[in-house]
Amino acid sequence: MNEILACLVRAIELIVTLNPEVLGVTSLTLTISIFTTFLGALINLPLGGLIYFRSFRGKGLFIHLIRTLYSIPTVVVGLLIFLLISRSGPLGFLGLMFTPGGMILGQTVLVTPILMSLTISALEGVSRQVRETAISLGANEYQAIMTVVKEARQAILAAVLLGFGRAISEVGVAMMIGGNIRGYTRVLTTAIALNTSMGDIELSLALGIILISLSLIVNLLLGLLLVGIKGQGGIMGPKVR
Amino acid sequence: MFSVCVNIRNAMEKIISMKGALILLLALIAVSSASWAEDGSRLKLATTTSLYDTKLLDTMDQKFRDECGVRVDSVSGGTGIAIQYGERGDVDLIIIHDKARELKFINDGQGLQRRCFAYNYFYIVSPKDDPAGVVGLNATQAFAKIREEGLKNPDKVKFVSRGDKSGTHTKEQSLWKGAGFNYSSINNSANRWYLEAGTGMGATLVMANEKSAYTLTDMSTFMAYKGNLSLVPLIQGGNDLLNVYVAIAVNPDKHPGVSYTLANKFINFLVSDEGQALIANFGREKYGQPLFFAARGNCTKIGCSEGECTLLTNVSCSDANSATAA
Repeated sequence: MNEILACLVRAIELIVTLNPEVLGVTSLTLTISIFTTFLGALINLPLGGLIYFRSFRGKGLFIHLIRTLYSIPTVVVGLLIFLLISRSGPLGFLGLMFTPGGMILGQTVLVTPILMSLTISALEGVSRQVRETAISLGANEYQAIMTVVKEARQAILAAVLLGFGRAISEVGVAMMIGGNIRGYTRVLTTAIALNTSMGDIELSLALGIILISLSLIVNLLLGLLLVGIKGQGGIMGPKVR
Repeated sequence: MFSVCVNIRNAMEKIISMKGALILLLALIAVSSASWAEDGSRLKLATTTSLYDTKLLDTMDQKFRDECGVRVDSVSGGTGIAIQYGERGDVDLIIIHDKARELKFINDGQGLQRRCFAYNYFYIVSPKDDPAGVVGLNATQAFAKIREEGLKNPDKVKFVSRGDKSGTHTKEQSLWKGAGFNYSSINNSANRWYLEAGTGMGATLVMANEKSAYTLTDMSTFMAYKGNLSLVPLIQGGNDLLNVYVAIAVNPDKHPGVSYTLANKFINFLVSDEGQALIANFGREKYGQPLFFAARGNCTKIGCSEGECTLLTNVSCSDANSATAA
């Protein structure tokens, strides 16, 4: 118990003294995760919508397949991306191996199944009547879709947050593609792995505490963002008119 | 009071609008994208864990960066994965310690020249009470004894292996062979006394410490971790425990993207007077003894040719700088 307390103290110390190395690692972690989440959402929210609103053969099977990919190990994604972007691989000419760009690519692939399939689930959660009512009230196809999306926004935000959580907390892709290069591709998770292997448990846990705090801040901010979009259901509760 | 609340909320809405978020993200992209593409003045290096975990490479990197203005990006792993990265052209330079695989790497046309820059020795470390009673034996005798006692009493006598195809793992395998055992008869799930860690040297030492087990370690990592361990170095020195660190530039003919010039500059720095002095003194203050020995002057003793220890005449950092200036 004392050890855990000591780690907490160390974490606070690292933050308040603005330790430059920890600061660098933290800001890179945040940048990569936010970027990954943004890119993932940009690709997968429309794709998920497309899959939900269109019907095609094998749709059910396809959705099951995406859900199966939830459990793909991060190191396996790391390996696949490694083969792809390694200089001897088909995308080797991009020079993405051991760069933050490569990490973003890998993590975007990693969060894709979650974002896509949770978007579909979110839309499925909206009652069919909403869309039908909108159409009966004279909405065109686009307006009807937007009505459904609006209704599902909370669940979609939850999907995005889960994607962010997966990106910020994963080690496999970050280690394999980034290479844990100090001051360049070292993120919180790989720093934790390294310091643990070097026996500095206290620093590792302190970094873990920083990671969780980051996640909390992002969660709160996105909650506020939701308030901003529609004025309902953010962390501050229903809007007062 | 109530309306103030509403006003604050409305103001917040404006600030945290979608547009704001988008602009923020675009700014983020602009700021960070500069460092995201690979740029020419970074040397990529794959290294064995010992040089990394002891922070020797850190020290060398910083000196090299000050002098040559080149950033060194080190990726740390065992000799096995370092060679993989080299063979795929993902790094410019590899630092490994396994002669057979070094020669194969070069013979396959993957690497250019073997350059020896440092050496030290492997230790066989054991729990304080030496449960197998190997003190005073040589390395291969000790291995045989550990196996014998381990088979008899696997709860008391254990051996932790790196098991990760690193240079240390290769050395361990050759020691088993030298002791007269086929490695597949050792690395066998029926052998409860033999634990395969599958991880770096530091983590393996920590595991051996927890399990009160024997393990084979390079001297430098052991020294650097000693403070947290209750293991003792029972068997040290001896030619069969020699550990030579070698740098090899990746062949640019095979992998057009790699920077052969940067790699050679760094290798030259390692074998230069300054680099050799840094190596010979590294850790002296902190650990009371150096963690590595400089290769210079001991070349033949450690199985390298004189040419493998000397500077390449046409690529030093200052030369390159004056060349660009002229």
